[in-house]
Amino acid sequence: MEAEKDNQQKSRRSFVEQGLKFGLLTAASGSLLAKVFGKSESPDAEATIEVMSTDGTLMQVPASAVEHTHEKKSGYNPREGFSNRKFVMVVDLAKCRNARKCQSSCNKNHYITGENAWIKIYKMQDSEKSAPYWQPTLCQHCDEPACVKVCPVDATFKRRDGIVLIDNERCIGCRFCMAACPYSVRVFNWSDPWQGDSVEQAEYTPDYAGIPSQKGTVDKCDFCPHMIDKGELPHCVSACPNDVFSFGDMYEDTVTNGSGQSFKLSKLLKDRAGYRLMESLGTEPSVYYLPPSDRIVDFEEGLENYTEFKSVDKPQEP
Amino acid sequence: MNTAYEKMIHDLAPKKFSWKGNAWVAFLVLIILAGIYSYVQQLKHGLVITGMRDYALWGIYISNFVFFVAVSLVGSLITAILRLSDVHWSTPLTRIAEIIAVAAIIMAGIAIIIDMGRPDRVLNLFIHGRLQSPIIWDVIVISTYLVLSILFLYFPLLPDFTIISKYSDTNSKLTKWYRALSLNWSGNEKQTKIYSRSIKVISVLIIPVAFAIHTVTAWLFETTYRPGWDSTNFGPYFVAGAFVAGSGAVVMVMYVLRKVYQLEDYITDSHFDKMGKILVMLCMVYLYFNINEYLMPIYKSTEEEEVHLRSLFTGEYAWLFWTAILGGLVAPVGVLLFPKGRKPLPLFLVSLAVVMGAWWKRYLIVIPTLSHPFLPIEGVPEAWRHYSPTWMEWAITAATLATALLIITLLVRFLPIVPIYETAEERGLLENQSENESL
Repeated sequence: MEAEKDNQQKSRRSFVEQGLKFGLLTAASGSLLAKVFGKSESPDAEATIEVMSTDGTLMQVPASAVEHTHEKKSGYNPREGFSNRKFVMVVDLAKCRNARKCQSSCNKNHYITGENAWIKIYKMQDSEKSAPYWQPTLCQHCDEPACVKVCPVDATFKRRDGIVLIDNERCIGCRFCMAACPYSVRVFNWSDPWQGDSVEQAEYTPDYAGIPSQKGTVDKCDFCPHMIDKGELPHCVSACPNDVFSFGDMYEDTVTNGSGQSFKLSKLLKDRAGYRLMESLGTEPSVYYLPPSDRIVDFEEGLENYTEFKSVDKPQEP
Repeated sequence: MNTAYEKMIHDLAPKKFSWKGNAWVAFLVLIILAGIYSYVQQLKHGLVITGMRDYALWGIYISNFVFFVAVSLVGSLITAILRLSDVHWSTPLTRIAEIIAVAAIIMAGIAIIIDMGRPDRVLNLFIHGRLQSPIIWDVIVISTYLVLSILFLYFPLLPDFTIISKYSDTNSKLTKWYRALSLNWSGNEKQTKIYSRSIKVISVLIIPVAFAIHTVTAWLFETTYRPGWDSTNFGPYFVAGAFVAGSGAVVMVMYVLRKVYQLEDYITDSHFDKMGKILVMLCMVYLYFNINEYLMPIYKSTEEEEVHLRSLFTGEYAWLFWTAILGGLVAPVGVLLFPKGRKPLPLFLVSLAVVMGAWWKRYLIVIPTLSHPFLPIEGVPEAWRHYSPTWMEWAITAATLATALLIITLLVRFLPIVPIYETAEERGLLENQSENESL
């Protein structure tokens, strides 16, 4: 908890810097990270940056000490992803009060116009006598993704950085991936998404899902590679007013929440008894949940936002 | 002249439709046109014109696809299995079975394309196909089965084409077609040898492929985690059900053709009796698999399985479920166990019930499972919790069934419905014939 306090003052950019720490330690993937986290090339690249050693101690080193060994362009391809990274998310159920800001931010930034959001907050109750809780649920970015297994055309694929994406220009719309996914996170464009000219004319790339969405193909949460690329956190993470979400890199063993606090992932999961959804299915999700014990917020508070039958605020029909 | 043989050719050679036949074709074409109109709407607006949504993500397009695959299996049963077991009574039925198999497997392929969100990208299956996906397995086995079924229909037709080209008006276009398609069949020793050998080879090849098409279709569901699909029983359960549906379809076509073309000499009451016996056996085998499929999960009643099975046994699908099981399976067994129940008309009616039950059974396999996912259905419009097909979806589905019937009808119009050569051979008419010719 002290470490949390120490970190309290840090800006969101600390997430960026966390990335660099690992780069220094390995002295291998530095340039790629610099590309990934473009901000390190801004004037404050002169400043010192903070690094975390493998035992978890923090230290300050000059930014120039970070060795850039690779050519910038060598690394990134939307199908392969960032090398030497493995993205994870932690969802702290003790903090969720169904504010739904994650959902509205995701809907807005991915221009979701269908009826079904990519991130849903379920009202859960595991058994009659146990307490209800709110469970934000997004694509689990499984390491053994059932959806990727069944896709006949390699339209949905798993990247080396752990992210599962969809190539909407290849998808044939058979919806087998939706049938295979046990987490019900995939949505289908049953009709033309009507996202407006600016989005519809944008150049398509699989690592910014929804820009544009395509009729007759499947969409889902993309773990926001376009934000990671800018050195920022996924929309849902930064939008959450309660710091429910933390996002980071498993290889760095660090996750950062919307307020910029960083945590040692392994310690967090150990201390709070983290778990993954439907572990028994063997899907190996990249999203961890912290149980809703010692809750900071009341479950009932969330009921005022509970809309059983609505997830997307629809714009006016054109 | 061998009058029995002549009469047989006369009876079995393709005939022009009466007004009834033409009206039937017109009726089918009308249904198909309604389906084409609806499909154009679907291409224009997307699958939003159907009742499917993110939870009920598959609907009657898929259950109808499973039905077609099921029906197509009968080609291998009646023709290949019975042929290899040296059963001869079924010879007059082989052509009907093969025609049904070819029509059904063509329509299975079309039905699955209709379900696709992006039919314009169908070639991606070949360009980017990945062997680990059961859909690619299905593409492979269904196309293999289609080729084998066409060959299995075509090879026994070679002698028949020669026979009818000699029989019919020599100058008509159709006769020229028959002659070309006969590949110069003259019935000499060398040809007969290749002929019987090829048929034997296809008979052997087509059985594993037939089992594969429906097993793989079962795997489309079984490879997911969903309660109701996550069952090791699914492959044999689907294959058993397929033989039931296909045999029912054969009986129906047999009955109609016999009536329309007065084929009582070739398709006899004894054929109906024997088909009835086969059907009752298949129904009992399928019933056995159904008991396994439903009884063991409800005995254990894990949470997810219980929700699913309750909706079938007592919930929103109960009416449909019990009608399909009792009306389409149990009652037919009851009727067909008695010789009177295997007379042509009762058997026809029972087969109608069996085939309709089989269609709805596939609906019950595909749809209820989708309305019970692991996580709650929340944050979507209330209507998405249930699936009810739209009229356009029905129109398209009806059109696929009508197209299958149209293919069958047209093949019946232009091909001898009962194999002439093989039937004559079995009746010993052929030897007399060649003697006569040499005289």
